Order: sequence, then C-alpha cells, then structure tokens
Amino acid sequence: MARRTSATRWLATTIAAWVVGFVIFFPILWMVITSFKTELEAFSTPPSLLFFHWTTENYAAVQERSDYLKHVVNSIVIAGGSTVIAMLIAIPAAWSMAFAPSARTRDVLLWILSTKMMPSVGVLVPIYLIYRDTALLDTRVGLVLILCLGNLPIVVWMLFTYFKEIPKDILEAARMDGATIGRELVYVLTPMAVPGIASTLLLNVILAWNEAFWTLNLSTLEAAPLTVFIASYSSPEGLFWAKLSAASTLAIVPILILGWFSQRQLVRGLTFGAVK
Amino acid sequence: MGSITLEGVCKAFGSHIVIPSADLEIDDGSFVVFVGPSGCGKTTLLRMIAGLEDVSGGRILIDGANVVDVPPAKRGLSMVFQSYALYPHMSVRGNIAFGLKMAGLPRAEIERKVAAAAATLNLTPYLDRKPRELSGGQRQRVSIGRAIVREPKAFLFDEPLSNLDAALRVQMRQEVTRLQRQLATTAIYVTHDQVEAMTMADRIVVLNAGSIEQYGSPLELYERPANLFVAGFIGSPRMNLIGEEVAERYGAATIGVRPEHVRVDRDGEGWPGTVRAAEHLGSDTFFYVDAPGIGSVTARYIGELGIRAGDNVRLQLDAAHIHRFDQEGKALR
Amino acid sequence: MATRQTRMLGRVMLAPAVILLFVWMIVPLAMTIYFSTLNYNLLNPGMENFAGLENYYYFLTDPSFLASLENTLVLVGSVLAITIVLGILIALLLDQAVIGINIVRLMVIAPFFVMPTVSALVWKNLLMHPVSGLFAWLMSAVGLRPIDWFAEAPLTAIVLIVSWQWLPFATLILLTALQSLDAEQREAAEMDGARALSSFIYITLPHLARPIAVVILIETIFLLTVFAEIFVTTGGGPGLQTTNIAFLIYSQALIHFDVGTASAGGLVAVVIANVVAFFLVRIVGRNLEA
Repeated sequence: MARRTSATRWLATTIAAWVVGFVIFFPILWMVITSFKTELEAFSTPPSLLFFHWTTENYAAVQERSDYLKHVVNSIVIAGGSTVIAMLIAIPAAWSMAFAPSARTRDVLLWILSTKMMPSVGVLVPIYLIYRDTALLDTRVGLVLILCLGNLPIVVWMLFTYFKEIPKDILEAARMDGATIGRELVYVLTPMAVPGIASTLLLNVILAWNEAFWTLNLSTLEAAPLTVFIASYSSPEGLFWAKLSAASTLAIVPILILGWFSQRQLVRGLTFGAVK
Repeated sequence: MGSITLEGVCKAFGSHIVIPSADLEIDDGSFVVFVGPSGCGKTTLLRMIAGLEDVSGGRILIDGANVVDVPPAKRGLSMVFQSYALYPHMSVRGNIAFGLKMAGLPRAEIERKVAAAAATLNLTPYLDRKPRELSGGQRQRVSIGRAIVREPKAFLFDEPLSNLDAALRVQMRQEVTRLQRQLATTAIYVTHDQVEAMTMADRIVVLNAGSIEQYGSPLELYERPANLFVAGFIGSPRMNLIGEEVAERYGAATIGVRPEHVRVDRDGEGWPGTVRAAEHLGSDTFFYVDAPGIGSVTARYIGELGIRAGDNVRLQLDAAHIHRFDQEGKALR
Repeated sequence: MATRQTRMLGRVMLAPAVILLFVWMIVPLAMTIYFSTLNYNLLNPGMENFAGLENYYYFLTDPSFLASLENTLVLVGSVLAITIVLGILIALLLDQAVIGINIVRLMVIAPFFVMPTVSALVWKNLLMHPVSGLFAWLMSAVGLRPIDWFAEAPLTAIVLIVSWQWLPFATLILLTALQSLDAEQREAAEMDGARALSSFIYITLPHLARPIAVVILIETIFLLTVFAEIFVTTGGGPGLQTTNIAFLIYSQALIHFDVGTASAGGLVAVVIANVVAFFLVRIVGRNLEA
C-alpha cells in the first residue's frame, strides 16, 4: 500500500490484530505457563497468570520417565524417515511429470491427488490385520511405511509444482552441453530445486510428526511417537496437568518453530497448488 | 566438418503437420539464417537439428551421419537460447566450463579453454560473478561463450538477440558475425527480424507454414525472389504488389515493384495519385500514395522532395525492376 | 521438449510412485470389500462365514450409524462455517498495515502445528475442565455457572477444538489469496466510487470464491475423518454424542473387533469421501490448465 492509512485506523487495526492473535494463541501460551507450575498450582482456582512459584520440576519429571526419550527418538525417526523415503520416490516421479510429460500426465497427477482423499479409516481394518500378521504392529518400520504412503501424494504434488517453475530451457542447455539425464538431475536440476525440495521436506516432516490416526492405532509401546505418548496422559491417575503441559510443550515447540518457516509451503502443499 | 543436411524431414504433433517435408543442405562453415513469420516452424526445425524435438520422418545428417536417434548430448552441437538459459547457481566460469566438464576434460585444459573463451568475449573480469549479477548483454555473451568453448560442429542460435535493446542488438549482431567468421564454424541462426537475416547470413532460408519458400544468398532473395511470399517478406518497406489489369499488361497475374523503384514526381507522365501519408526521415522519404487503377503504393525517395500529404503526384514504375508472378505466385523469369 | 528418450525414462522414473500408490489403494480397499461381505469377528477367529451384503444392511440401519452420520455432518458443517467466516474476517484484518504483523501471524498460525492429541488434552483439561479449567473460572468470575463441556455439550466442545486447529489453515489460505488480489483492481474500484463494503462484496469476495471453495473441499476431506481429538477426550461418548463415522468404524474394528461391520462402514466412508474428492479434483484440474 503506497498510501498512508490514517493514524487512528492503523492503530485500531494493529490493536485488533494483536487481540485476535493473542486470543488464538492463548491456549498454547496457557499451556506453556502451566508447565512451569506445580501440580497443585496448576489445578487450583483462581488460576494465576504470572505470579506463582515458577518451577522446572515438571520438565525433569517428564524427561525422567523412562520412555520419554524413546518416544522422542521414535517421532524423529518416523517423521524424518517417512519423509525422506517419500522424497526419494517422489523426486524422479515429479521430474518425469514436469519435464517429460505425456498425454496421460494430467490424469496421473489427478489420480495421485485422489489417493490422498481416501479416508484412512476406510482401510483401517485391512491395514491393521496385515500389520498384525506381518509383525509390523508397533514397529517403527511399519509406521514409517504407512506415513510415507500417506504423505507421498502431497510430496509428489509439491515437488511437481516447484519443478514446473524451473525454466525448461536451462535443462535443455544442460543437455546440449553433453549432460546425460542423470547428470542433468544432479548438476542442474537439484541445485536449482533445493529451495523447493527443502520446503517440501519441511512441511511433510511436520505433517508426519503430527499425524494422529495411524500412530494411535498401529503402535502402543515400542514404536509409539510423541502423539501417542501425550495421549497416554488422557487416562491418568492423580494430578497431571503440569506434567502434561511440560510434555506437550516439549513435543510441539520444535514443530512450532519449523512451522513458522513453512507457512508458504503449507498453502502450496495442502491446496495442491490450487492457491499460490 | 560441420555440414548439415536435411532429407525429407517432417514434423507432426499428433495429426497436426507442422513441417511437411524439408530438404536442405548447409555447407560447412556457412552462416545460415532461418527466417519467417511467427509459427512458420523455424524454431521447430532448429530444435530438431539440436535433438530437443523428435523427428516424425526423414533424416538429419551431420557430416554424413544420420543423427535422428542420437540424443542431443552426443550430436556435438552447441545452442544459444533466446533466454540465455544460464545456470543460475553457477558462476560465469562454471557456466562456460560445464560442457567441458561433462566431456570429461582434465581440469587444467578446462581452465585454459574457459580463459580463452572469456578473453574473446571480454568476459574475463566477470568470471566469478553469478548470472543474476550481470546485464542482459553480458549474459548473452556468457551464453555464447558457453557455446564456443566446446568447439562444436555447428552453432545453433535461437533468436538470441530479441531480448536486447536496439543499440545493443546492432553491436551484438556484428560481434556474432565476426566471431563466426573467425571460428569458421557452421552456424544456423533463427530470427524473425529480416534485418538480422539480411546483414548476417551467407544464405537465408525463408520458411512459411513449415515449408521452405526459398534458400539463397540475401541479395538473391532480394533481387530474385522465387515467389510472392518471399517477395513480400524480404525488404522493408514491403514490395508493392499490384494485380489485375496493370499486371496483365506485363503478362503476369501479379507484379511487384520495390519502393525504391517507384519514381515520384509532382507532374508529368505516369499514374496519377494522391499522397495519403509522407514519412520524412531526413535521409529518406517514404510516400504512401493512393493511385486509382493501381491501389496503394509505397515509394521511396532519397532526400527531401518537399511533397506533403494531400498533394497530387505522378508515379512511374522502373521497367527494369518489375518482378512478375503467375497465378500460383511463382516468379516468372 | 519431451523427446522419445526422455519420455521413456520418464515412465521409468514415475513407475515406483505410481505402483506404490496403486498397491496402497487397491490392496487394502479390495480387502475391505472382501471383509465387508464376511461375518468376521476377531474374537472368534476362524469362524468367518459369508454374509453377503448383510453387514452393509446392519451398518446402515444401525441407529449408531445414523447418529454418527448426523454428528459427522454437524461437526464438518460447524467447523467449516466457523473457520471460513472467521478466516475471512481475520484475513481481512491481517491484510492491513499492522505493526509487528509477523508476530501476529505466528500467533494466528500456531494452532495448526500443534499435534491433535496435545490440542485436545490442553483444551479438555486446562481450559474446559468444569472445576479448575480456565473457562470455568472466567464464567464464574462474571457470575455464570461454569459449563461441564464434555458432559453437557460434548460435540460443541469437539467442534471448538477442531475449529481452533483449522482456523489458521483457512486464514492462511485466504490471506494468501487476498494478497494476490491486484492492488490495481482495488484502486480502479475506488476510482469508480466504490466504498469499502461494496468493494468487498463486488471485488474481494468474487476473487476469494475459488480459494474458499478449495478451503471447503480440503477441510471437508480432512474433517470427515477427525479421530484423535475424539479418541483422547470423549472416546465417542457420552453414549454416541461425539461419535462420528470415523470413530464408529474404529470402535467397530478395534473395540468390538467386528471386522465385517467395520469394513462395511469403512467402505461407506470411502464413498462419501469420493464424492467430495470428485469436486476437489475438478477444481485442481482446472487450475492445472492455467
């Protein structure tokens, strides 16, 4: 906006925007604050916002739980592993559709999109049974596999839209310069597509980290990531709010930071390029 | 070492035939320009020679060998793209060296050749810059540097100067010609600008809707156009094409007279007409005259005549320079 | 630019993704169809017998199905309405000049990146708990009786949680779309004498029509299968009040171990999702041409 808005209008919108932002963010803020309270304090009324005895005992308690570290590692392995594998499969596929399209390419793309539309719950039964019979239940491999398949459509689509933005004559120049397709991919395409690849990686790690259907149904103890770990706080004995808050804060803070950097990718990825 | 021959080359996209059949022989070391209106197939033909498009039929011979099934990387040709197509993540040095790196040359030799190419094109101070830090003209030169450093059998140019401003275009035109002569390498140059074609080419290929209308030296095309299309395409302002009774008098369906061969006088013999518009360029004057019986005629006068729009004039056609065309538009000799 | 050679290579490079997705779709789907025709209970393995379309009949006529269908529609509809209306308003607000807009954006976007189990438990316990929750305290502070959300208005509670999670998505999409609205169009409207409201109705809203449609379709796809929030808060209850189709199928499968019925239900869910997907694919397909 090249014109100056009036000072009062600008002040009013600023205040309004901050109020809205604060209200929306409040539950998260409240959770973080609660994580620094004692359990008694967390449960008492009237709730105190700032003036209470701040403590880090909850964080210590959470990390002392023998399984906490295991669940963190699980989350990292499952989210990271499923995304990396999906990328390895999707990069060639997206290259093919962006740079060597055939008459069927558009249909294939739309079909890939439609596979994301299938409700997970529709195949819960067979997947559960297959996993049970192949001893994949409660294994990291099993979860990596299913999350990889679940996110593959989004990964392919995002990479496709990023690749399409690379001018094709630069790739043709590489071909004229004597590069085989493999070398064209390695020396020219990938360096140019690094931002797009990074964005895709980022968004899908976040989506996999937060996935809460397959992780809840296909894992219990060994392979359970943080989504399940937090769910275990839902049927506790005794006071647990402060610890829940601490555990939750630990679980979501890394993702909030990553999420901040992936807003644009979110728009592109989850709307399959329909909104840019 | 860089002779290129097209035998019956045709190209169809599905059922839509873009190039019915092209036959062409390009001598080693010559500068050949493909020229024609938009959509005439000149770029398609170039890309087929390069290997970036499939050939639907026919053969393309480079030094006698059919390369139709050979991938572009192995044809030994270099291409200069309209958009320059520089690798944005590599420096100028990296861009120029890339082809040599793909060919597996030893490092020392690559550096030597890159330095030589950069020197030829006055790019030495920019070797470590990235493309985004260069001006249009500099990028163009890097693109050319990348092409010459591989010492290819032929250069392929796809409208390389269209993105430059007018003054730069004139300068680059001369540089490209000079370079090509110095390197004595075959060059195929695609453009829609006939001034570029006329000034740079040894021979010109005029294309129209996928067909080669004429293949000859610039002066041949200008003085002896083979048909109506070439006659009307080459030369600016356009040749005057007159039909009906006047043409019949000369024994043709259509006659053509170039503006410089139309004499304009205030009075005297000749066709009467009224000046619709006059363009005074100082060095030349162009008169656009409406003459009943002939139609609209453009006449060129060197110097200033003092005639303005609205004046009545008399036109005379120089009999020695009248081109005659038959019903099908072919030239009558 | 696709020549014969690149196209052949392209097919090879595309194959793994296509084959994997195809298998992932077909195999479980085929099994679901197969199981849905059986009387198969995991508690009595080996006792399966063919039941034809019986399972579908039982599933569709079971009152729990109708209840869950209603809950699903209420859930999806309410969340859509809340997120889109608020989303448009907040997007309009954030499109203005605001100091510290980046921090405000961070605050507005954050809920989307919180994992569903955390959201649900934080809302259930810290905010909505009838005794010690923040809402209870706020309401009694103004003299109202605190609501026991999960007993008195459980579906509303779920709707609130899910809306909170998806509001950032709608807002972000609509804000992105707003910011792509050519400033010149707005200025032209102003020159033509349009005041703020007419400008909004005649210029902004039509421009937003497509993104709103995309948001509706994508949210619907994901909202049809809301699961985690219900799982960790109400377990579908009290009774069936917060059971949606997804949770119903889950409970059939992994609580009652009735594979046959769960499969039939799963297929019903797939059909419903396909209807929505059809429209989304059309919009995205049209965008592909562009």
